[in-house]
Amino acid sequence: MEKNTHFDWRLAVRYGLLAGVVSLSVSVIGMVDLFAQRDLIAGVLTLGQVILFLAPVGLSYVIAGKQPGGKNGYARIAGLITSLVASLPLVILVILATSFDLRQFFPNVSPALMDTLTFGQGVIPGIFILMIVMGLLGLLSAGMSLLPDRYRKPILSGILWTLVVGMFSEILTERLRSFFGVGISRVVFSGEALRPITALVLFTIVTLLSAAWYRRGEAIKERIADSPTIQSRPFRWGAFAAVGIIFLLLPFLLGTYLSEVANNVLIFAIMGFGLNIVVGFAGLLDLGYVAFFAIGAYMMALLTSDADQGIAGMSFWLAIPICVAIAIMAGIILGIPVLRMRGDYLAIVTLAFGEIIRILVLSDLLKPFIGGAQGILKIPKPTIVGVGLIRPDQFYYVVLLGCIFAAFISWRLSGARLGRQWMAMREDEDVAEAMGINLVSTKLLAFAIGAGFSGLAGAIFASKLTSIFPHSFSLMISINVLCMIIVGGIGSLPGVIIGSLALVGLPELLREFQEFRLLMYGILLIVMMLARPEGLWPSAVRKRELLAYQETGPTANAKAVESEA
Amino acid sequence: MSILTASSVTKRFGGLVAVNSYDFEIEQGQIVSIIGPNGAGKTTFFNCVTGFYQADEGKMLFNDVLLNGRSPDKITKLGIARTYQNIRLFPAMTAIENILVGEHPRLKTFWAEAVVQTKRYKAEEAAAEEEANRLLQYVGLAGLGDQISRNLPYGAQRRLELARALASKPSLLLLDEPTAGMNPQESAEMMHFIQDLRDDLGITILLIEHDMRVVMGISEYISVLDFGTKIAEGTAAEIQSNPRVIEAYLGRGAASGLSKQPTAAAG
Repeated sequence: MEKNTHFDWRLAVRYGLLAGVVSLSVSVIGMVDLFAQRDLIAGVLTLGQVILFLAPVGLSYVIAGKQPGGKNGYARIAGLITSLVASLPLVILVILATSFDLRQFFPNVSPALMDTLTFGQGVIPGIFILMIVMGLLGLLSAGMSLLPDRYRKPILSGILWTLVVGMFSEILTERLRSFFGVGISRVVFSGEALRPITALVLFTIVTLLSAAWYRRGEAIKERIADSPTIQSRPFRWGAFAAVGIIFLLLPFLLGTYLSEVANNVLIFAIMGFGLNIVVGFAGLLDLGYVAFFAIGAYMMALLTSDADQGIAGMSFWLAIPICVAIAIMAGIILGIPVLRMRGDYLAIVTLAFGEIIRILVLSDLLKPFIGGAQGILKIPKPTIVGVGLIRPDQFYYVVLLGCIFAAFISWRLSGARLGRQWMAMREDEDVAEAMGINLVSTKLLAFAIGAGFSGLAGAIFASKLTSIFPHSFSLMISINVLCMIIVGGIGSLPGVIIGSLALVGLPELLREFQEFRLLMYGILLIVMMLARPEGLWPSAVRKRELLAYQETGPTANAKAVESEA
Repeated sequence: MSILTASSVTKRFGGLVAVNSYDFEIEQGQIVSIIGPNGAGKTTFFNCVTGFYQADEGKMLFNDVLLNGRSPDKITKLGIARTYQNIRLFPAMTAIENILVGEHPRLKTFWAEAVVQTKRYKAEEAAAEEEANRLLQYVGLAGLGDQISRNLPYGAQRRLELARALASKPSLLLLDEPTAGMNPQESAEMMHFIQDLRDDLGITILLIEHDMRVVMGISEYISVLDFGTKIAEGTAAEIQSNPRVIEAYLGRGAASGLSKQPTAAAG
């Protein structure tokens, strides 16, 4: 390149190769192929294409932002280079796949994938189309990153919303139909994707709205900064009431299938609240958390089931406090031997505890009592004044009740003395003890309350499924809940719900993701750690912890001291 | 009346005798310093008193209550509080939260009361918060309650640690090098502050300190450790003229005045 410039073409090539490898991998492992079956915008865009172009477009965007200040030309060239380089591995894949039989090694390199990569135009024209499309996308996204905030943010949210609506069009179609009849859903969606014209309309509306919002947002932010305390209290209660009403009315909006998804999300959220206390507040890494879930579920089954294994024939409401109590006891029993353990050791012991419970449940020893691999069937659903809560949209209220219970206790404790004890213990166990905190009781309380929530979730889970099997209680549940609270933001209560929505709700809505669930978790966690280590909805404490060095420095403190003096 | 009595306390780490048959006594309302070169066993003795370590031999009595075998939290509840050589605040918690944790031994409500928010709980929390703010003001950090403790400047962190220790309303306060890393002016301020603590609140103070100006300025009694063994005790004047102390600090040659180039400090 020319002399006397800071243009870093090597970096652009490196980013391009990186993006290319990502695109190549998602193609080869079959993600593109599988996701291509989901149309986002009918005839224009599939989810497969989004996955394929995500890395090149994203990295073009990033590299354009990294070019030395104000040089628009360089930024565009860098974006172009990145995306063109990124297309090369795909081009090579297409050429190789037409010359050799790659399916021996990569069974996912199918003709359908080739069609996606070449836009169905045959090999030679397809390659050029691919490169041109990639290059254009790279240029566009580099251009995007150059726009000032007030244009960029609205456009980005327009694109995002259009993609999201496209992604969920299957469900939205069904919902629209049940509310307004076939007519409207026909207008908006074609089959199970957005019509191109509605996509355009949606994009425009969202962009304009968020542009307006962005403008007003600035003004509002200023106003709030001027009067921080006056409005906050009624505003908070208003927000509470609004959220409450939304949660209460949710099943009517969602319908049967989505209510079922919501139930799963909330059951995991109950567990999340519990693990959040153990890991988030008290800093005790518990990897065997599923054990208490299993204990709660099996207790519910034993106490209420009409099958041979049922011992008491109790009602759901009578059984649930007993399940929770037994889970709490199990929590304490696990807690006692691990009191002296910290960090990794604790994680390993709890991991083993989780496995012990699972293996016990599967064992021949206990088979006469709890059914072994056949599980326990005929668990009744709860009834309220004679009305059975059978359908998911009815059962939802039971789950919601449990979730509110767990959230409420977590919330109250987090601000109380016990919450401070847990946090102090997490920060520095020795000093916490020297502050007069009894580590034994504080740890046991964390384990017990966490286990209680998990048992509650298990009991509700058993009643929801009406039958339980040992394989429902694998290590994956523990990992899942842990990922959930990490993604949502460790120690944060709203974060638990957000994490549950992201890691339990989304995979259920996007069935294609199920197959790549673990891969997605890995990617998600890495991206989270890089981009938002404090979680999607971080707790105030965690935010402070991670932003401590960037934001406030000694200068801010010095000012505060001066103003006080 | 002596508030803390240690008789022939010994602590070994494997073959190393960190504290060797140490006798120590501090009267109610005194300010007493333990001095000695690095590695002399001063902090180890503190750790024995506060229950972090269990002494291998000897007896420690606090107001005639045996400290041996008690865990740190129980000892704190008896009325002993401490600060640390390298500041150990709860870094991600705010200044107020740090002090509130310090108040822990004095708070009585059961945790479930927080869930249902009983009147007693609310009253206690409100009082605790007020007390925390008062303490914050007392140590000169008023208005910094919402700052995360890790973000506070060094001197403020020292003072916050003191406030946290005071929050448990101790009758004996152990300060481990309270002026470490401070400039002469800050040290002097801290020295006066410690004196005020004793004069205003009647707290007995035991401190480990290297800054001789501070030690000689405020200590009513000084105990000198070297290699875990007590080599001298007495008033500031007595210690200053004690040849064994000079020897411990400056080396044998310097003490006897034979060497022209004294080594800086003994082991």
